[in-house]
Amino acid sequence: MRISWSSSEVGLSLTRRRSQAVGERAIRSILVAATAISVITTFAIVLSLASDTIAFFQEVSLIEYLTGTLWTPLFSNPKFGIWPLLTATFLTSAIAMVVAVPFGLAISIYLSEFASPRARSLIKPLLEVLAGIPTVVYGYFALTAVTPFLRGFIPDIKSFNSLSAGLVMGVMIIPIVASLTEDAFNAVPRGLREAAYGLGAMRYEVALHVVFPAALSGVAAALLLALSRAVGETMIVALAAGQNPTFTLNPLVPVSTMTAYIVQVSLGDTPYGSIGYKTIFAVGATLFVITFVINFISTIVVRRFRERYE
Amino acid sequence: MLEARCYEMSAMPTLFSLKKQEQDRLGATSHQESLIGERAEAVLETQQLSVFYGNFKAIQNVSLAFQRNKITALIGPSGCGKSTLLRALNRMNELIPGTRTEGAVLYHGKNLYDPDVDPVEVRRRIGMVFQKPNPFPKSIYDNIAFGLQINGWKGSKSAMDEIVERSLRRAALWDEVKDKLKQLGTSLSGGQQQRLCIARAIAIEPEVILMDEPCSALDPIATLKIEELMNELVKQYTIIIVTHNMQQAARVSDYTAMMMLNPETRAGEVIEYDTTEVIFTKPKDKRTEDYVSGRFG
Repeated sequence: MRISWSSSEVGLSLTRRRSQAVGERAIRSILVAATAISVITTFAIVLSLASDTIAFFQEVSLIEYLTGTLWTPLFSNPKFGIWPLLTATFLTSAIAMVVAVPFGLAISIYLSEFASPRARSLIKPLLEVLAGIPTVVYGYFALTAVTPFLRGFIPDIKSFNSLSAGLVMGVMIIPIVASLTEDAFNAVPRGLREAAYGLGAMRYEVALHVVFPAALSGVAAALLLALSRAVGETMIVALAAGQNPTFTLNPLVPVSTMTAYIVQVSLGDTPYGSIGYKTIFAVGATLFVITFVINFISTIVVRRFRERYE
Repeated sequence: MLEARCYEMSAMPTLFSLKKQEQDRLGATSHQESLIGERAEAVLETQQLSVFYGNFKAIQNVSLAFQRNKITALIGPSGCGKSTLLRALNRMNELIPGTRTEGAVLYHGKNLYDPDVDPVEVRRRIGMVFQKPNPFPKSIYDNIAFGLQINGWKGSKSAMDEIVERSLRRAALWDEVKDKLKQLGTSLSGGQQQRLCIARAIAIEPEVILMDEPCSALDPIATLKIEELMNELVKQYTIIIVTHNMQQAARVSDYTAMMMLNPETRAGEVIEYDTTEVIFTKPKDKRTEDYVSGRFG
């Protein structure tokens, strides 16, 4: 053991060795660069959306866009009311959430509170498979299997409809809801569960009265994230819900969601720079604002409930 | 008050019925009986108790009798299985998958590990206070009421109010929280939270309270309050406490069990069990003497 250090030795030992400094600087720059690229990309997307959106609103009044119920931008007498697209997106997303929330929550509660490690190790990979199916496959599944199946019960249902698209989209979102809410349940300290078990609580009582309330902020955030996923989902609705902008909440008829409309125009022969071309940026920007607001709300929810529960 | 009494009466367990053959089978192996003597006063008694986590044996062949209305301290170095033993007494261990228990824990003569015993009922009668205060993210009032509600308590609001007040008074917390019962339990200080957890545990009138290092997360003043509280509570309850704090064991407990790892099997076992006075003043085992005098551990 050293008893004493001379002052010059202390000074030396405090100086950073050059090799370390260079290595650290290099790693730091790589990390900063990676972060910068993604931040810059986000801004670039917003900017490119913004410029064409502004150009669109120089030709179409914002009032008409936000209040109109007719969406016919490619007709000779074009109308630019966003509501048919909004209701379609709302309808398919709502149906999807009606499917995904109960199933997703049931799965995550089962996995986190009831399942044996063995059951969990079997079910989780299965869920991941469900999450790994390409959405275009889901779309075909909705169009070619679910719609004909539904026709057995509802003869009036059209070949393209939001019910079938919404149901299948719900199935697609189940793994997202399940996995995000399971994370929220797992984040509940084990001590809380033990406290309840120690009082003679049964499993379902621990799950419903202790774990679920304690995880509420995480659950709410997970559901909002799943919702924004549903709102932004494209292939399923483009394939199965149709491309027919109708202002309706009837789930049995063809509609066109915002995303489906963007696909339709992007793949069509709309000339660059035309008003039809600009609409997709306006619709894209609207979509961006909606998902941004949802994510923003989920952040607030997390923050507020965390104060209450931790 | 009347309703509360009725509740306590109706909760009288069928568990008390003693299984004769169980006694006979295990009686022969109960060589620790003579150690403490007063067998009739034992509320809980372990017989050749071993607990495994998977293939790992955490404690082996523990035979101890815990006396009614006494405080028994479990001491020993870290990792010697004190908490495992404590949690075996109300079947908390089995919440961890892969746990296996051998031997018996007799509660009024009934083996808690018999197949017909419901662990939920066991935990209702043998309550627990944990190392880290863990109030529910609910109001102070609801923290106390929760245990009653999940145990099927049906009574008026005013009866519940009384139980909440009585439990908080017994836990020496009432004066500090009586004006803010609607506030979150988690908003209290650490020491208050731990007393809230004790109030929550006694609200459902257990017979035994297990305490797993209840003061290790608390400052000395809060610790002192909990210790004073334990001295009060022991008049009505039987308390078993795991502690790392030698002074605490010496201050509060009537009996002390010294645990250590068996050097061959690497499993924890009880090496000496006696009155606290004997353990701390004239222990028979050299290892106990070294430990309580702070020479290792």
